[in-house]
Amino acid sequence: MQKSLNIDPEKCTGCLQCELACSYDNESVFNPAKSRIKVFSFHEKGRFVPYTCTQCDEAWCMHACPVDAITLDKATGAKIVHDNLCVGCKVCTIACPFGTVNYNADTGKVVKCDLCEGEPECAKACPTDAITYVDANWTGLDKMRAWAEKTDAGQATA
Amino acid sequence: MTYVIIGAGPAGVTAADTLRKADPSTDVVMIGSEPEPPYSRMAIPYVLTGLIKEEGTYLRKDDGHYDANAIQYRQGIVASIDPAKKTLKLEDGSEQAYSKLLIATGASPVKPPVEGLDLPAVHHCWTLEDCRNIIKYADKGADVVLMGAGFIGCIIMEALAERGVNLTVVEALDRMVPRMMNEAAGNMVKAWCETKGVNVLTSTKVTKIEASGDKQDTLKVDLDSGDQIPAHLVVVATGVKSNIGFVEGSGMKTEEGILVDEFMRSSVDDIYAAGDCAQGPDFSTGAWAVHAVQPTAVDHGRIAALNMAGKPAPYKGSLNMNVLDTVGLISASFGKWDGIKGGDHAEAIDTDNFRYMRLEFDGDKIVGALSLGRTDHIGVLRGLIQTEVPLGDWKQKLMADPHLIADAYVACSQ
Repeated sequence: MQKSLNIDPEKCTGCLQCELACSYDNESVFNPAKSRIKVFSFHEKGRFVPYTCTQCDEAWCMHACPVDAITLDKATGAKIVHDNLCVGCKVCTIACPFGTVNYNADTGKVVKCDLCEGEPECAKACPTDAITYVDANWTGLDKMRAWAEKTDAGQATA
Repeated sequence: MTYVIIGAGPAGVTAADTLRKADPSTDVVMIGSEPEPPYSRMAIPYVLTGLIKEEGTYLRKDDGHYDANAIQYRQGIVASIDPAKKTLKLEDGSEQAYSKLLIATGASPVKPPVEGLDLPAVHHCWTLEDCRNIIKYADKGADVVLMGAGFIGCIIMEALAERGVNLTVVEALDRMVPRMMNEAAGNMVKAWCETKGVNVLTSTKVTKIEASGDKQDTLKVDLDSGDQIPAHLVVVATGVKSNIGFVEGSGMKTEEGILVDEFMRSSVDDIYAAGDCAQGPDFSTGAWAVHAVQPTAVDHGRIAALNMAGKPAPYKGSLNMNVLDTVGLISASFGKWDGIKGGDHAEAIDTDNFRYMRLEFDGDKIVGALSLGRTDHIGVLRGLIQTEVPLGDWKQKLMADPHLIADAYVACSQ
């Protein structure tokens, strides 16, 4: 059974442990600015929303890549950026309608969530279960995917 | 049943892969006009900078991709189509029959009416062959003149600057990237490029290029300002046009490109078109436009292929969008970046730090955007525009600070 990240903003306290864990695991620094998951804070409403790539089926980033540098990890369903092939053209960063592929000027490559090879550090670090890694079938990601389908169209109806 | 695709760029290759998945049993033939494996023109600047070798531009990296997927890749140039007999005639005299045809022949650089463009050290930067020619001339310190500071010109500029040439860019219009940027943003890009040592001449035309007799700078480039610049190499990037000449006589409706409907069908039965040669529905205007950019090419290719394979997939239209890196300053434009009549706009301009954000609204929805100096979450602009997110309260927040695009998107969509 393939798993995916399930995000429940109601449980998020805005502690940013996920951002620290992500940046430390991927970039070896405790720096939220380098995290692939970002917690948006809506202070007026006291609401926090962790936000990252949903590994959507449409995968605009993967299709838009002109050099085949983003591929599907069949084990996890993650869309993976291969640094050795990425030329840093940034087309994927505008093709992704969620804005979850970002360009890193220091490396000249793009960066996105890769689900940490099936053991996402953000979920491990979350103390309140706002981020969990669970069977893909019943996650709230369906909501985001449905949203995604409104972008672009070109969905086969048959 | 034989699907034939003319063109082996991103639209053609995406269509071939999609057809193969949608309809595993039929023949797929893809005809390319260049003597290379299918490659991406977008990646050529990175060959110029030395970041990748030519193989790095190939659209599919797995060895034997086309054979493994039973996609027959043949080389040749299509001379004409006979829709009554459902055959193509190639320039070498051979014929190719089709059941359904996709035209994905892309575009070619335009040669402006300037004397001297046929001299040996004058090149476009469009094919791998062009790239090899430019590498021969563009050595460190060499005097190079780039004609055109449009989107493609600017990408080439970045690569030439990185090679360390002494670069002068000549643009006929009054600002850089005039088709993706307004005056404020275009001027910021120009100022940035000048701080990076690139000479930028806007509102200036090249009137003539002539041989100089000099061994190093073999060319003299005449400008309408009366100045003359010596050059070792001239690169011409003054726009592109759709490759549709060969459809003449087929009865197919064309304007700037081949007119296609929401199913990517041309006006001729069983012939579809995709990518830079196709004039398809424009998401922002409801009219028909050629959007010669990578994301549109792959969307077109995928959607055309699904429809060809009998899986109806209507297309809502392409969103005009671009992302550009001008010697380190990153910019992006989306949709109606120049706004609509009577629409509100929000603008944040920070000239000293080369940061700019402008949003264009239709009621409480964003219809266009332009940004400079920002890379984080920039894709949400596509999401905000294309899913027509009603912003409600967030419109006022964005009017006050247009940099809050990602917050607005998350707040309104999650």
